[in-house]
Amino acid sequence: MSNVLTIILQRLALGILTLFVVSVVIFAAVNLLPGDFAQVILGQGATPEAVESIRRDLGLDQPVVLRYFDWLAGAVQGDLGTSFAQANFASFVGEGAARGTTVMQQIAPRFENTMFLAGVTALIAVPFAVGLGILAALYRDTAFDKGTNIFALTSISSPEFFLAYVLILFLAVLNPWLPSLSNIYDGMGLGERLQRTLLPALTLTLVVTAHMMRMTRAAIINLLASPYIEMARLKGMKPMHVIVRHALPNALAPIINVVALNLAYLITGVVVVEVVFVYPGIGQLFVDSVKIRDIPVVQACCLIFAAAYILLNLLADILSILSNPRVRHPK
Amino acid sequence: MAEPLLKIRNLTLEGRSDEEWTQIVNGVDLDLHKGEVLGLIGESGAGKSTIGLAAMGFTRDGVRISDGSVEFDGIDLVNARMSVKRRLLGKRIAYVAQSAAASFNPAHKLIDQHTEAPVRHDVMSRKESEADAMELYAKLRLPNPEEIGFRFPHQVSGGQLQRAMTAMAMSCRPDLIIFDEPTTALDVTTQIEVLTAIRDIVEQFGTAAIYITHDLAVVAQMADRIKVLFRGDEVEEASTREMLDTPQEDYTRSLWAVRSFERPAKPAPTADAVPVISVSGIDASYGKTQVLHDVSFDIHEARTVAVVGESGSGKSTAARCITGLLPPTNGVIRLDGRDLPLDYRKRSKEQLRQVQMIYQMADTALNPRKTIGQILGRPIEFYRDIKGRARRREVEKLLDEVELPASEYIDRLPSELSGGQKQRIGIARALAAEPRFIICDEVTSALDQLVAESILKLLARLQDERKLSYMFITHDLATVRAIADEVVVMKDGEVVEQGPKTEMFTPPHHPYTDLLLSSVPEMDPDWLNRLLDERGRENIGDAAVDKMG
Repeated sequence: MSNVLTIILQRLALGILTLFVVSVVIFAAVNLLPGDFAQVILGQGATPEAVESIRRDLGLDQPVVLRYFDWLAGAVQGDLGTSFAQANFASFVGEGAARGTTVMQQIAPRFENTMFLAGVTALIAVPFAVGLGILAALYRDTAFDKGTNIFALTSISSPEFFLAYVLILFLAVLNPWLPSLSNIYDGMGLGERLQRTLLPALTLTLVVTAHMMRMTRAAIINLLASPYIEMARLKGMKPMHVIVRHALPNALAPIINVVALNLAYLITGVVVVEVVFVYPGIGQLFVDSVKIRDIPVVQACCLIFAAAYILLNLLADILSILSNPRVRHPK
Repeated sequence: MAEPLLKIRNLTLEGRSDEEWTQIVNGVDLDLHKGEVLGLIGESGAGKSTIGLAAMGFTRDGVRISDGSVEFDGIDLVNARMSVKRRLLGKRIAYVAQSAAASFNPAHKLIDQHTEAPVRHDVMSRKESEADAMELYAKLRLPNPEEIGFRFPHQVSGGQLQRAMTAMAMSCRPDLIIFDEPTTALDVTTQIEVLTAIRDIVEQFGTAAIYITHDLAVVAQMADRIKVLFRGDEVEEASTREMLDTPQEDYTRSLWAVRSFERPAKPAPTADAVPVISVSGIDASYGKTQVLHDVSFDIHEARTVAVVGESGSGKSTAARCITGLLPPTNGVIRLDGRDLPLDYRKRSKEQLRQVQMIYQMADTALNPRKTIGQILGRPIEFYRDIKGRARRREVEKLLDEVELPASEYIDRLPSELSGGQKQRIGIARALAAEPRFIICDEVTSALDQLVAESILKLLARLQDERKLSYMFITHDLATVRAIADEVVVMKDGEVVEQGPKTEMFTPPHHPYTDLLLSSVPEMDPDWLNRLLDERGRENIGDAAVDKMG
């Protein structure tokens, strides 16, 4: 077992290193964005003096390297800085920049919502896709298999907003079962929250199913020619039992990786769906912040997205390694 | 006589290749009575495995039963519904596959796989089946029968796995077991153990069996009757003794004769001759584990040194050291008396040219996307700087040398060749560099006996014509007898004995050499019994090796 622990620690260290490299890239990229906050916020009234004063207030006149290390030092301690927009607003009402809402406070509820949506989607999509993949493998080359494939490929090929509107049409307008707006807020009961989240979750399910389902199907079919599958058949085992008990445990590694990739997508790539359903997730906040060059928020969002990708891939790596009995039970 | 347990009439099977169905078994009849063991024997492509599976009412993808009947205990298996067959499979008819390592599911413990059939077929409860498994493990003389079932397949050795698979086949006490080459992948010393275990348990439970193999000497130990097959046709069938004493058909006699190719050993080299390859005192390691200990041997011009030993004895590692792929941690390797850099990256092109290799699996050693002309042309150009039309002429000459008509083969892909032809290309590729020394790593073990013999003859002729030196890695002592001048016996990374062939095959031997020699099955139905009497039942196979330390 110490063997496995070493691998996990190694991967963890590599993950942290990757995150560090990504932070450099994010900082550099965000600072390369044309225009800056002061100019955007002042609009027509951007006199050089006013711009200069805001820039000084926000520390934008400091050299980039210095700003990076300031930011990094804060980030390591969990302080992602203060939103420019909030700081600017605070200074208008007469308080110091430092008194404005911190990025953390701003992002936290949005991030929570995003995780909630991703969680609900994952709970629906992963069992659905893997189950469908298993059935497609079991009934391979039949009408069911082909139908499943056509359904999955059609939904992944359609734009997300289109899928969203189709679902709204059928599940909210023609049959008013679910609300078409998902404006959830703090203090809402879990039941209502779930109900309001269901439509965006179903839309996202359609988007991520194809990938996971097809990988499950392919990974299982790939194994069906193995001698141990033939052996199971020659022991008189039923086809479903052969697939679930004998093929699936050996097909887990590729499936886990695709699931992780899609979960990461659910956290980072759902802005279109959020906009359509007016869902207050982190994606909208991110896009709004880019528009007004609110650098601390953009950086924080990027960092969270990167961390989500790294963490989920790390988890997938570890789980795939553990799915190999040779690693779990060394000689 | 009572109705046979298994009755096959006019069984005709078709196989699909390139969307076309061609007949691969042409109307075979077969009767098997309760408690009887029938040996099915033939070369690859004879259809023996296909027939074995068809006897279970099963065909692999791309194979179908086109005619004939298979009746098991009065049940028509050709037309039976899948659900009917499923109730028989595993319960009344069981299967033991060639490679237990591949046929046990790597994700589950042995015991979980063992109890699966009895529990799912409602023969026993899980608890009863577990207890029964331990009894069967003990009967099959597996070490720690109480505990071994709770291991995963990768934690158990090949010979033990093969016995565990036999135990699994026995789990529902079937009436019929199909053994499909169960010992082909094993070392001779381990093979004995498995053969003994299978024979004892089949006898004890009165199980009928079909024993499929290409090894006559093995089938002679196991079967009451033998049926010889050739390209999907029955050649003849008789009781084992009759078949061995008085084979009727020419084909059967030719199978018997295979082992008669033997080249007399050449006279010993003169004392002052410089060996082409001299290995002295090499140690080698994979990571932290040392796998070779102080290995030394010489190979002289135009001579063959056979390196023998079981899997894991270090034969192939020694070859990797000589080629420089695995630089030894200690010791010296000389070519024509001059030191060879240990790492191949430090060797000159000229030094690399002199040492070539032929591989066991010609299949995987040839690039499937290159034509034969390209495969052979590349080393000609690389080592000898011959290009264009001259290069093509050289390729044609090489093909000629390995007895393949150049015009027909030069533009083909490896997939369009048979196993023996691929191995000939492997030989031609080694010759393309015009080396002095060739390492042959189990070059005949994936081939049928007749084909293997023709490859050995080809290698012998090339040796005489080109004064080639061979290092011949093999675990098959018949091959050693056929082609070697000197023999090096290896065990656990050490050389335990070496000397001229004639000396090695006459006693007294090192005890390990003796064990290896005596473990090679002989064409005599009483051989196994005699051997077991000599060694004592508890002292076979692994146990005997372990005792030697």
